[in-house]
Amino acid sequence: MEHVAVNPWASLAYLIAGVCFILALRGLSSPATSQRGNRYGMIGMTIAVVTTLLTHVPMIAAQMQACITEAPGSTISSLPICGPTFLTTHIAWITVLEILAAIGIGAVIGLVTAKRIAMTDMPQLVAAFHSLVGLAAVLVAAAAFLNPVAFGIADAAGQILTVSRIEMGLGIAIGAITFSGSVIAFLKLNGNMGGKPIMLPGRHVINLAVLAAIIGLVAYFTQDQSAWVFWTITALSFAIGFLLIIPIGGADMPVVVSMLNSYSGWAAAAMGFTLHNSAMIITGALVGSSGAILSYIMCKAMNRSFISVIAGGFGAEAATGDGEAKEQRPWKRGSAEDAAFLLQQAEQVIIVPGYGMAVAQAQHALREMGDKLKEHGVRVKYAIHPVAGRMPGHMNVLLAEANVPYDDVFELEDINGEFAQTDVAFVIGANDVTNPAAKTDKTSPIYGMPVLDVEKAKTVLFIKRSMGGVGYAGVDNDVFYMDNTMMLLADAKKMVEEIVKSLD
Amino acid sequence: MDFISILSIFVMACFVGYYVVWSVTPALHTPLMAVTNAISSVIIVGALIAAAAAGIGGTGATSKWLGLLAVVLASVNIFGGFAVTARMLAMYKKKPAAAAKH
Repeated sequence: MEHVAVNPWASLAYLIAGVCFILALRGLSSPATSQRGNRYGMIGMTIAVVTTLLTHVPMIAAQMQACITEAPGSTISSLPICGPTFLTTHIAWITVLEILAAIGIGAVIGLVTAKRIAMTDMPQLVAAFHSLVGLAAVLVAAAAFLNPVAFGIADAAGQILTVSRIEMGLGIAIGAITFSGSVIAFLKLNGNMGGKPIMLPGRHVINLAVLAAIIGLVAYFTQDQSAWVFWTITALSFAIGFLLIIPIGGADMPVVVSMLNSYSGWAAAAMGFTLHNSAMIITGALVGSSGAILSYIMCKAMNRSFISVIAGGFGAEAATGDGEAKEQRPWKRGSAEDAAFLLQQAEQVIIVPGYGMAVAQAQHALREMGDKLKEHGVRVKYAIHPVAGRMPGHMNVLLAEANVPYDDVFELEDINGEFAQTDVAFVIGANDVTNPAAKTDKTSPIYGMPVLDVEKAKTVLFIKRSMGGVGYAGVDNDVFYMDNTMMLLADAKKMVEEIVKSLD
Repeated sequence: MDFISILSIFVMACFVGYYVVWSVTPALHTPLMAVTNAISSVIIVGALIAAAAAGIGGTGATSKWLGLLAVVLASVNIFGGFAVTARMLAMYKKKPAAAAKH
């Protein structure tokens, strides 16, 4: 093969980096080992970066040109054949500084963002980070296309190898989709763009046509490596990422964020194939499967197929159906004092948080309430539905931020049996995930979705801003109208704070 | 490495990923996304190669600048991703033994 012989030590180092990344994910199997896992990740990344820097020392162009002419057929990574002295005397220090400066700039931006970001904004941050991976992948693929010799993927005539062209085409397509898709997801999650799905007429046809064009062009790219083919693939992929995410509504964002997570992994893997780099391939496979599994878990938790989520438009009908089928049913309204009284009398309280808690930033007040109740001898537990919030594990992070011990927090299947023996189910900012219609009403759009059985508790306290709004699925919730339900209509944070006051 | 060896690494890594990710506790799914995001920035390897390559030929210089820009983006992700993961993970605490039973 025309590929340059890779330094075996470098290959070994990249392999070790890949193993570190596996250990990083492995550490997340329990909160106790997770921090060690994160450190493995940092070690792996350091190994990968240092190895690359050491094996690709920037050389002064003119000298290198001379070296290459002297030893025909050699490329940058095999330069040491020009002798070790060549290496030390002709380092392009300016380039070294430029690279270090680039890393420094990125480090400052990254660290400041990571320090300042509010935990409630985590979904946006993750989407923004995904977009950066996507864009970086596009830039790397473009750089490789423009300077294939530097990447060791050119044949003697300076043409890019056929296999590399397929890998490169796929890499740039996935990278570009990740980028534009994540930008849209970011804008939706950040509130710069409405959460409502935007439906273009004939979008399925347009999307399929664009996808087919991309696949066709990647195939054609193997025959003709003209610049226009490469850039058209890039442009079409940017467009399809945009078109795919635009029609997806806010409630489906957990799936979208997971899916983009997966794509960023596949983009890294595709570039790893191009560069024959095991660290990139292992990482890409890990991240790709991670995102895919998370998407699967989210879809299952909503009882929706991946295809129907991607097809989009969920929650769009809610706005139109609102006016007509609104029968008035009696419901009970309670005050903070009533709620405090009921909570105090309880033996066990299960708190069910949802996106509304995140919006109102009520997690700290909620933990205070929990502490007060514990002082009164009440058992307090938290029940988390897998799709509560805007990304997988969103509620868990917010509760952890508010210092709720993680052994008080339970997943749906672990706690659902306990509602029947519970005195008060305290629902704060969740709706669809508590709707019993998912179990009984075959016509309901959320039918079949696993839900928390809050209605089985002796009393349900339901915090909601007003009776008017329905959940994202646009379905009315029977729990509101039950005899044992008390509606607490207010901003979640204010209501919880008032309850805390009344608990004294 | 030939294509088949690379493909073997990839396929094996997919299986490893599958089993490792299923063992991640759901409570840590947000940190999982943050850390996978940080490690997928290993794409910086490609960016560094492009940035370090001396600009031989006309397109070489463009390639180098694209590489440098990619280094910046990937660094934001690496530092930001690991830092935000560390920040999140530090928040997960066990029940203090004293307060557990009253």
